Amino acid sequence: MKTSSKIYTVLIFIFLFAPIAILLVFSFNEAKSLSVFSGFSLRWYKELLNDEPTLQSVRNTLLLAVSAMVVSTVMGTAASVGILHLRNKAFKAALNTATDIPMTNPDIITGISLMLMFVFAGRLFGLANSLSFWTMLIAHITFCLPYVILQVLPRLRQMDPALPEAAQDLGCTPFKAFFKVTIHEIMPGIITGAIMAFTMSLDDFVISYFTSGAGFQTLPIRIYNMTKKTVTPKMYALATIIFFVILTLLLISNLTDRDPDSPAPERKKHKGGKMK
Amino acid sequence: MKKHIALILAVLFILSALSGCGSKEGTLTLNVYNWGEYISDGSEGSYDTIKEFENWYKETYGQKVKVNYDTFASNEDMYSKLSSGAVSYDVIIPSDYMIARMSSEGMLLPLDFGNIPNYSHVPESFKGLYYDPDNKYTVPYAYGIVGIIYNANEVDEADTGSWDLLWNEKYAGKIVQFNNSRDAFGTAMYKLGLDVNSTDKTVWDKAFDELSAQRPIVYSYVMDEIYNMMESGESAIGAYYAGDYFTMIDAQADTVDLRFYYPDPTNYYIDAMCIPSCCQNKELAEIFINFMLSRDAAVANAEYTYYATPNDLVYNDPEYLDDLGEDTIAILYPEMDDFSAQYNKYAYRNLSADMLDYINSLWENVKVN
Repeated sequence: MKTSSKIYTVLIFIFLFAPIAILLVFSFNEAKSLSVFSGFSLRWYKELLNDEPTLQSVRNTLLLAVSAMVVSTVMGTAASVGILHLRNKAFKAALNTATDIPMTNPDIITGISLMLMFVFAGRLFGLANSLSFWTMLIAHITFCLPYVILQVLPRLRQMDPALPEAAQDLGCTPFKAFFKVTIHEIMPGIITGAIMAFTMSLDDFVISYFTSGAGFQTLPIRIYNMTKKTVTPKMYALATIIFFVILTLLLISNLTDRDPDSPAPERKKHKGGKMK
Repeated sequence: MKKHIALILAVLFILSALSGCGSKEGTLTLNVYNWGEYISDGSEGSYDTIKEFENWYKETYGQKVKVNYDTFASNEDMYSKLSSGAVSYDVIIPSDYMIARMSSEGMLLPLDFGNIPNYSHVPESFKGLYYDPDNKYTVPYAYGIVGIIYNANEVDEADTGSWDLLWNEKYAGKIVQFNNSRDAFGTAMYKLGLDVNSTDKTVWDKAFDELSAQRPIVYSYVMDEIYNMMESGESAIGAYYAGDYFTMIDAQADTVDLRFYYPDPTNYYIDAMCIPSCCQNKELAEIFINFMLSRDAAVANAEYTYYATPNDLVYNDPEYLDDLGEDTIAILYPEMDDFSAQYNKYAYRNLSADMLDYINSLWENVKVN
């Protein structure tokens, strides 16, 4: 039984990682082929560094992902605090459902409806290019926001409400109490939410495809558009680099996530003392 | 608190500066929309067309120009983006049938050939074709002809020469067929001598029978995947464009020996540069088109894409002929009595939505049975 479950685990991992492993190996291929490995070489990495349009699309993607991450993290954290303090239960449930919509909605519907809205607004103001970096940013914030709230809100719920109250007793304004106390308690959630937002924005294709304007194309769109000819091995090299960057981010995210779990019992003791 | 707000504002400010919005005074912008991987982009030390244009423009006109070069994956993608009215491009490079559709819908602007003197280098046989009979809207960029690629290590030379090779049962399980209705039906219709632009449904039914008969010996229906299948020797026979054959040769395995021939008749396509009606700077767009026809840019693009270029500065250029070699040139630019007659007869045209629906339903049946 034990060996069979081990075999099962190994198979699952092969299934999950074989495609990535193949991509990784062929990014070091000397030849252009995906079928014949003719020798180790860094040729495609060098090629990649000289491919200005691709690098530009990488820069665009990063710029967009970082901006979407910053804005949606700030907005999502503020929204979580707001949702937590809502008194009206029905309204709270309604708001929770509403924030989940961009996450559960199929991407293609989100993409098309956003595009229609931008085009409508663009016509209203008489713009020739209604789609631009800014419309893409709005679109990305829209679908990143629920992920941030999903990470931050549970942290806020877990937090002892007496902590910010104590800060206020000691003379902090509610605002000050948030930045002095609350934000430190929920930081792991904020960081995880930010990383989620960043990766979601980074690999989004469908919504970006519909909302991208002239002169601002992201990497996923560029790769998709290479299908007139074959996708060049440069892209394998790039995908390998991106894979390791994401892997690092995930590791960081998981490590920071583990931190608050260990001192948790200590905090409970603390709370008991204060209640009396 | 104030520090945080200041930090966020600072970040946003830097971002807006980076994104280049609120473009600098005096810099012109040109938005170009082309197929992916369809221009010489400076890789492997090649000519960087966009950068060269920007430099050349600055030197010639003393003004800076920023080219936004975007790509699309299919004519239909490009069409839906432009017709949504969401974006504006100054130069686009679609294929023939899409040009016919766009000009009939008033989406193209007539060109001022006074700004495109290099148009004189386009041979006469590429003027007045069906998609632009009065030479008003287009300047051809590249053209391609469908041929049959086969692995000479597996296929008997005696069996080659016509479309029959794709139906030869000797090579069952070694043949790949196009995975799109128009191209797949085309192979059957050229084989049977039918009109590929027929509006008679019974004609398409005949081609359907031919494709159904081929079904059992087809290894797979492919588009892009054909590159890897042919290069690795996984399949031995397939129809594709001449330019793509050379891309395959570059990457073929040691055990594979790919060869190529044109069956008669066969399919032709042309991609041409046009200016859409949403263009913001028509004169600049025309100057760009003229630049694309100039010797250095045209030769570099022809060498990069491996497609034939209708420009006498290219196919008469000694350096280009030398780089590609005699055999390659013979395949890319086959001798033809009258290109325009062949093209107008055998190129795919835009069919009515009703016909396309009918063809697609037939096509689904071919693949299911």
